[in-house]
Amino acid sequence: MQTLYLLVPLAPLAGAIVAGLLCRVISRRLAHCAAIAGVGIAFVASLFIWNDVAAGNTFNGPVYQWLSSGDYTFQVGFLIDSLTVTMMLVVTFVSLMVHIYTIGYMADDPGYNRFFSYISLFTFSMLMLVMSNNFMQLFFGWEAVGLVSYLLIGFWYTRPTAIFANMKAFLVNRVGDFGFILGIGLVLANFGTLDYQPVFDQARSQIGATLNLIPGCDSSAVSLLGVTCILLFIGAMGKSAQVPLHVWLPDSMEGPTPISALIHAATMVTAGIFMVSRMSPLFELSDAALSFVIVIGSITALFMGFLGMIQNDIKRVVAYSTLSQLGYMTVALGASAYSVAIFHLMTHAFFKALLFLAAGSVIIGMHHDQDIRNMGGLRKYMPITWLTSLIGSLALIGTPFFSGFYSKDSIIEAVRLSHVPGAGFAYFSVMTGVFVTAFYSFRMYFLVFHGEERFGKAHGHEARASGDGHGKTAAEEHHGLAPGQKPHETPWVVTLPLVLLAIPSIFIGYATIEPMLFGDFFGKAIFVDGSAHPVMEELARDFHGVFAMAVHALISPVFWLAAAGVAVAWVFYLKRPEIPAAIGAACGPLRSLLENKYYFDEFNERVLAAGARLLGRGLWKGGDAGIIDGLIVGGSVRVVNCIALLARLFQSGHVYQYAFTMIFGVCALLTIWLLPRI
Amino acid sequence: MSGLPLLSLAVWTPIFSGLIVLFFGADRNSPLARKLALFGALAGLFGTLPLYAGFDTATPAMQFVERLPWIRRFDVDYHLGVDGISMLFIILNSFITVIVVLAGWKVIESKVAQYNAAFLIMSGLLNGIFAALDGMLFYIFFEASLIPLYLIIGVWGGPRRVYAAFKFFLFTLMGSLLLLVSLIYLYLDSGSFAILDWQRMPIPLETQKWIFLAFLAAFAVKVPMWPVHTWLPDAHVEAPTGGSIVLAAIALKLGAYGFVRFSLPIAPDASHAFSGLILALSLIAVIYIGFVALAQEDMKKLVAYSSIAHMGFVTLGFFLFSALSVEGALVQMISHGFVAGAMFYCIGVMYDRVHSRQIADYGGVVNTMPKFAAFFMLFAMANAGLPATSGFVGEFMVILSSVKFNLWVGFAAASTMILGAAYTLWMYKRVVFGAVGNHHVAGLSDVTGREFLVLALLAAGVLGMGLYPQAFTEIMHSSVDELLRHVSVSKIQ
Repeated sequence: MQTLYLLVPLAPLAGAIVAGLLCRVISRRLAHCAAIAGVGIAFVASLFIWNDVAAGNTFNGPVYQWLSSGDYTFQVGFLIDSLTVTMMLVVTFVSLMVHIYTIGYMADDPGYNRFFSYISLFTFSMLMLVMSNNFMQLFFGWEAVGLVSYLLIGFWYTRPTAIFANMKAFLVNRVGDFGFILGIGLVLANFGTLDYQPVFDQARSQIGATLNLIPGCDSSAVSLLGVTCILLFIGAMGKSAQVPLHVWLPDSMEGPTPISALIHAATMVTAGIFMVSRMSPLFELSDAALSFVIVIGSITALFMGFLGMIQNDIKRVVAYSTLSQLGYMTVALGASAYSVAIFHLMTHAFFKALLFLAAGSVIIGMHHDQDIRNMGGLRKYMPITWLTSLIGSLALIGTPFFSGFYSKDSIIEAVRLSHVPGAGFAYFSVMTGVFVTAFYSFRMYFLVFHGEERFGKAHGHEARASGDGHGKTAAEEHHGLAPGQKPHETPWVVTLPLVLLAIPSIFIGYATIEPMLFGDFFGKAIFVDGSAHPVMEELARDFHGVFAMAVHALISPVFWLAAAGVAVAWVFYLKRPEIPAAIGAACGPLRSLLENKYYFDEFNERVLAAGARLLGRGLWKGGDAGIIDGLIVGGSVRVVNCIALLARLFQSGHVYQYAFTMIFGVCALLTIWLLPRI
Repeated sequence: MSGLPLLSLAVWTPIFSGLIVLFFGADRNSPLARKLALFGALAGLFGTLPLYAGFDTATPAMQFVERLPWIRRFDVDYHLGVDGISMLFIILNSFITVIVVLAGWKVIESKVAQYNAAFLIMSGLLNGIFAALDGMLFYIFFEASLIPLYLIIGVWGGPRRVYAAFKFFLFTLMGSLLLLVSLIYLYLDSGSFAILDWQRMPIPLETQKWIFLAFLAAFAVKVPMWPVHTWLPDAHVEAPTGGSIVLAAIALKLGAYGFVRFSLPIAPDASHAFSGLILALSLIAVIYIGFVALAQEDMKKLVAYSSIAHMGFVTLGFFLFSALSVEGALVQMISHGFVAGAMFYCIGVMYDRVHSRQIADYGGVVNTMPKFAAFFMLFAMANAGLPATSGFVGEFMVILSSVKFNLWVGFAAASTMILGAAYTLWMYKRVVFGAVGNHHVAGLSDVTGREFLVLALLAAGVLGMGLYPQAFTEIMHSSVDELLRHVSVSKIQ
């Protein structure tokens, strides 16, 4: 079994090395075969491990000792339990789908082999992250997925927007990691180890421990566990794009669409959710941290959903939807419903990867026009894409019996039952979010697949559209369809993953809700303090089987909110298109607030980034050049110079001056010597 | 093997090789000079490898000790020996010497023999610093090693080399004299020039403070610590690529090494008394310099400033007085040797082609130099402290121990996570990414076989240390424990 554990991350790594180091030597075919074989092996091995874990076998042990110092040892090691294996399956399955899809999507790209190398490397990093049994390796994987995300967002490196977006993503994530490493530091300082198990075992003994925020001032004492958890959660906020560290995710759409599906929807961005669930034995002990989590989550869920309603770029609609859904997961974490969060993470991975890949398929069909205002009526031309998109959208908005229904409805119920401070606001957010999600999902769906065919006309939006250009220069890029040209369905390598992802998008919730939420599938992998946060127990009490849950939902307000969202979208964008325009004109300030994404980017660029540059320049010119070099160094040079000038006066080279000075000196000395004696 | 005076070989092999190069490699005979220099550098490197193989990690005692009386009148001995702290630097230095000889292979066209001889001689002298166990011998090596560096900057340097050399001289002069005064004081007090004797000798607190400050004056300039750092960016800008590599990779380590060999064990009580000051200066170096680096327009200056920030972690780690922090600082020193050396080499590779260090003169280098861009990305990420590179290990260890010491100290130290990434990646973006910026970039040719070799060697160091730092720290354990024992025991009687 342990060889199998090693095989899971190492097979994609081998694929990445073959496709990467030899990218100039080997053919495209060999590169994608190597990469797909690596991920395929990892997926099959994960299935075997899942089978083994389901039989009750877990594993926690080191692979090698990375570093020892003083009393501390840090190792690379694996913790294999139901939580890990769930993530492993999700990661390897979605990654495999994306690998296959890439053959079609990147077919014309000069960086084909490089791209395969990156996504395999990503799979390796993500697997190391989820399989870790300690904080150090978690941080390793954490930063490594960040690196690959950076490389992939900037994959088309000649594009200014792409290389701006990737740097932004890395730096914003670093802000999160800054908190994360401080949290890890507190864990090491107070638990003496970074291995999960001993830390979790000792967690209870630290409940009363406090930390003085101002050294030596006892009145500034705060709960140690609370601070630790909040710092760790700041790391999650970066990676899982929670407000205010969400700003990088919409821009990350500059990357090729397959990675938007894999990294920025299904796997990497859920690392924060996974991490908090993994740390449930710590978070459970701090209500302050849980409150913080639930409030941040609900802000993200609601306000990012609003932004999804006005986007016109097909990928950005899905990106804001991802942000909002990540908010839902975070809310579930705050409500102590960790298993629900992981459940939603899993269903979301399937239907959101599906939606992104379908969007990519549409983009191919539309010849790299991403503006949904230029689409319409595509269902005739792209039937598989249309049908799978519909399935994905229905799952996303929580239609009963679809996978998204089971996970999202459980989140809403859990929040309703939660009593953590902030849960009331969270309940309002997730309920409103249901309507918003349904609205923006079906706004996009109707605009793309139904209604009037708006493509093939004069390219009014061409200048603005920044489609996937496959690394070609701007002149070669052709956006959109030429007049008279029709969209076409994409090749089988693109549609096959869509179909394979559509299947779990429908069924996975129905099939797994019972064991995952109410059975003991997660067992000891997730810890919930039942006496303090009885949410899961109450949820289980209200649960009367998967079928009954879906039927019961038909009369619940959640369902009608979603239906209303779809209906409004239908009216606005199919029946009476003049209404949204009128509303837009009527609410000017609100519209500009949304169009400017609440001014987060402006603030970051104009205040934070510009301020940092200004400060750097000031310290350089004022501090280094002005005070240190100018005043101190230059000053001492001037002092030396002055003394030297004086000294030079005496060295004129004229003998009479020397003689005069000598005589004067002798006289002076004699005077001083004789005066007291007279 | 054990019979051979390995440390003497480490010191004198490069020096004699340098003299041979000087003797045989006349101006007309540059190819021979290059080959002789490479042979000498390799001989020096392979001569030091038995130090690693034969090193006993179980003992903190000095190993491979050689001791001969030298100046009997003042009890000065030719006394060499290494422990787990100094041994790694001798190997690093010998490795960097090979890199430097290779780096200057095609680029240096005038006075080839003299250029290579200067590096070889400096390499031997630097090894001498790390191996010296006699205070006076240390001082002689310490000062003598600067002469080749002055020459390298002064002869093969840029247009403002005289200003740079002068500035460096001004900064160093005062400290060196104070160092000499305290060494003589320690000799008069103890009757011995043996550093190990000084470490055992009781000294009253007041005296310790004076000694500590004198050492500080000498070592802080070399590290360099804020605010005596301003010579470094100027020196780097004027130095040729090889000079920058040695300056960053080895010369900056001398000051830090001085702290662990002299300040901490000889004046432990004063070290504790002044630790707050050093921590404050280190954190200023990390944050202030991080911001200054952000504003740089010259790549070499940017990397020079980033070196200062990284060395801030070294002094921070030393003065937190825990095994994790001190070993983290030592790891950071070695890692910085690889990473800063590699960064300066990368800049050199571009400079050789375009003859500019200004960030604004580049843009889109990846289009014409993809292999180079991949290496540069690796080193940039190491500079930003990405896990699995050596740059992460030391920072990680020091940040963790500073959080343990105090959350706010950790907070300040961890800001490098953001600042380091910001200045490094912003530079990388402007230089490497984007569309081809101008006709210079359009005409670039990718790395040659020789450049590829140098980059690959450095990359192996960066990745190897990032993936398995244990290979380095296990050598340090005993010596660091011994050092901390010295620091924890008061010498006041």
